[in-house]
Amino acid sequence: MLSVSKINFERYFEPVFEPVSFELKAGQLLLVTGSNGCGKTTLIRVLADILYPTSGEFLRRTDSMGYVGHYLGIKDDLSVIENLRFMRDFLGTSRRSCKDVIRQVGLGRVSEQLARTLSAGQRKRCALARLLLSNTKLWLLDEPYSNLDQEGVNLVDDMLIAHLETGGACVLATHGNHRPNWAGTQDCRLISGAAA
Amino acid sequence: MTPEQQSGSMASAFFALLRRDLLLAFRRRTEMLFPIVFLLVVVSLFPLGIGPSPALLARIAPGVIWIAALLATVISLDGLFRSDFEDGTLEQFVLSGHPLTLISLAKILAHWLVAGLPLVLMSPLLAVWMNLPIESLGVMVLTLALGTPILSLIGSIGVGLTISLKRGGQLLSLLVFPLYVPILIIATAAVMAASDGLPYTAFLGLLVAGLITSVTLAPFAAAAALKISLS
Amino acid sequence: MNTNATTMNKDKPRKNWLVMFIHKMGSPPWFYGFSGKLIPWLWAIFAALTIWGLYLGLVKAPADYQQGESFRIMYLHVPSAWMSMLIYTSMAIMGFIALVWRIRIMEILAMSSAPVGAAFTIIALASGSLWGRPTWGTYWVWDARLTSELVLLFLYLGVIGLYNAIDEPRKAARAACLLALVGAVNLPIIHYSVKWWNTLHQGSSISVTGGSNIDPSMLWPLLIMAFAVKFYYGANLLTRARVKLLEQDKRKGWVKKIIKERES
Repeated sequence: MLSVSKINFERYFEPVFEPVSFELKAGQLLLVTGSNGCGKTTLIRVLADILYPTSGEFLRRTDSMGYVGHYLGIKDDLSVIENLRFMRDFLGTSRRSCKDVIRQVGLGRVSEQLARTLSAGQRKRCALARLLLSNTKLWLLDEPYSNLDQEGVNLVDDMLIAHLETGGACVLATHGNHRPNWAGTQDCRLISGAAA
Repeated sequence: MTPEQQSGSMASAFFALLRRDLLLAFRRRTEMLFPIVFLLVVVSLFPLGIGPSPALLARIAPGVIWIAALLATVISLDGLFRSDFEDGTLEQFVLSGHPLTLISLAKILAHWLVAGLPLVLMSPLLAVWMNLPIESLGVMVLTLALGTPILSLIGSIGVGLTISLKRGGQLLSLLVFPLYVPILIIATAAVMAASDGLPYTAFLGLLVAGLITSVTLAPFAAAAALKISLS
Repeated sequence: MNTNATTMNKDKPRKNWLVMFIHKMGSPPWFYGFSGKLIPWLWAIFAALTIWGLYLGLVKAPADYQQGESFRIMYLHVPSAWMSMLIYTSMAIMGFIALVWRIRIMEILAMSSAPVGAAFTIIALASGSLWGRPTWGTYWVWDARLTSELVLLFLYLGVIGLYNAIDEPRKAARAACLLALVGAVNLPIIHYSVKWWNTLHQGSSISVTGGSNIDPSMLWPLLIMAFAVKFYYGANLLTRARVKLLEQDKRKGWVKKIIKERES
């Protein structure tokens, strides 16, 4: 699904992290770990086609990707259901209804509220609901566990395992100790480019 | 997925985005009024600044109204991509697999409907204020109807380039005003020609040509600019 | 993102000299060395041509029967005005190459062109307005040439402003290159619309360089000067690009090596 060889990204003419190589197949999870500032977000953004690698190559076999980043892409002036309805119509690939995914992420009671009234954790759940709507094979998750309670962490794990079981793949960046319980997990420990 | 299906979903993405942007603008409808009020205030300053002589006002009317429309467009432009850039929606768009050019075009169209079209609709009032001859009123409205979409289209490139800057708005005017020069010249020339009873259709033809050219080229440049700003 | 690309290149080396040249140009140490050898020559040719051209223009050429001595401003004004347009075009072309093939040297060259071009534009504007004083009796007339030079200056300032406003140098260069490209597409339209606007509003008088019947003794120095400033552009551009390259690569091995060689 994703094959990466010696990928590197420079900012201010300094490599952000040491060159990264890996091969990700369907049903596999890549866990990107490392201390703050080692370039986890940068790597995810390179894989997402937002940043262009300074050197190295990668090959991706999907056009669209599911992405949850630091900025969640939720419009404050729309309600939860309006946000998701827009994304469903925009992506045009969903096989599930908006109400269904809202129930799954546990936002049923606030679905008519404007997104600006939500807490940080609820916003994260809203972004996860969008991920469920996206119906993409490749997920790129940047700190999906942050701001979530224990129940939310379990929700992410359940979503992730269901996604991987159905032939999906995922790159997950996290600085925490929590690991999803999945056999096909590869580790990628990023080393800051400045350290070298 | 067959190509047919993909283009079908592209059209629905376009209209979904257009509908969302219009809904968002409606949710903040007082902000929609700012460019219009700005336009009215700027134009009303001219009689106060240079005197109320009807002949003089009629002479400068096309230029004044057009320059005010230019300024009003530029102050409204910053909102074109700002919120989508800041809350991460633009990243979601990039990852959706839909071409960013199409997304830019939908957003530019929404911007024109919200910020450009009201200027066109207000222009008869301004023409009356500025004592513009009644026979050139129609041409004035027509030049604005053809010209303001070009302003939004060209402006979108400038917004795309400056969106990652905190104070991008100030730089934006420097970037886009030189590019607006030909439109200002042609549009005001058309209105002046109409006031003098001269043929003006050629000018309108030039504006149509400009509109077609900018519709085909500007969204690509805006998409490229957004891609750079996201990096 | 073709993984075969690198292996294919190894099989067929030196196919096309132009491709090879651009690839070589893309290598910073090579560019640094090559431009270092070229720059003194460019400065020397510029100096020789300028002395020759100015001698012919300011000393040998006879005074104009209409404008008197003031026409000699032409030898500064006209080459500068030509250069301001030429540099914008060359900046846009280099910007295009930089954007499409992501060649860093091209980004640097395009961005180093902007201040040089802006300087020529300012010289053209200032000399044009000084020339306007004896010709029109005023320092500024909204004449077609001066007006398009003014708009061109705004375009340059936009590129320079954008480049300096964005923090990350490569992102800044790419954004400014794109703006230069958009400006270049618009430049002919701006130029002709301003020209046409000028004939439409009969306010201003003849263009300063209106006469096309120019005596060869006046024309030759002009052509020599026009040629000389191109070498100035080349020398100035490469000097700026070298400095920028050293600055960007100050932590890279090849720059450290150069510094070490200089110190010993």
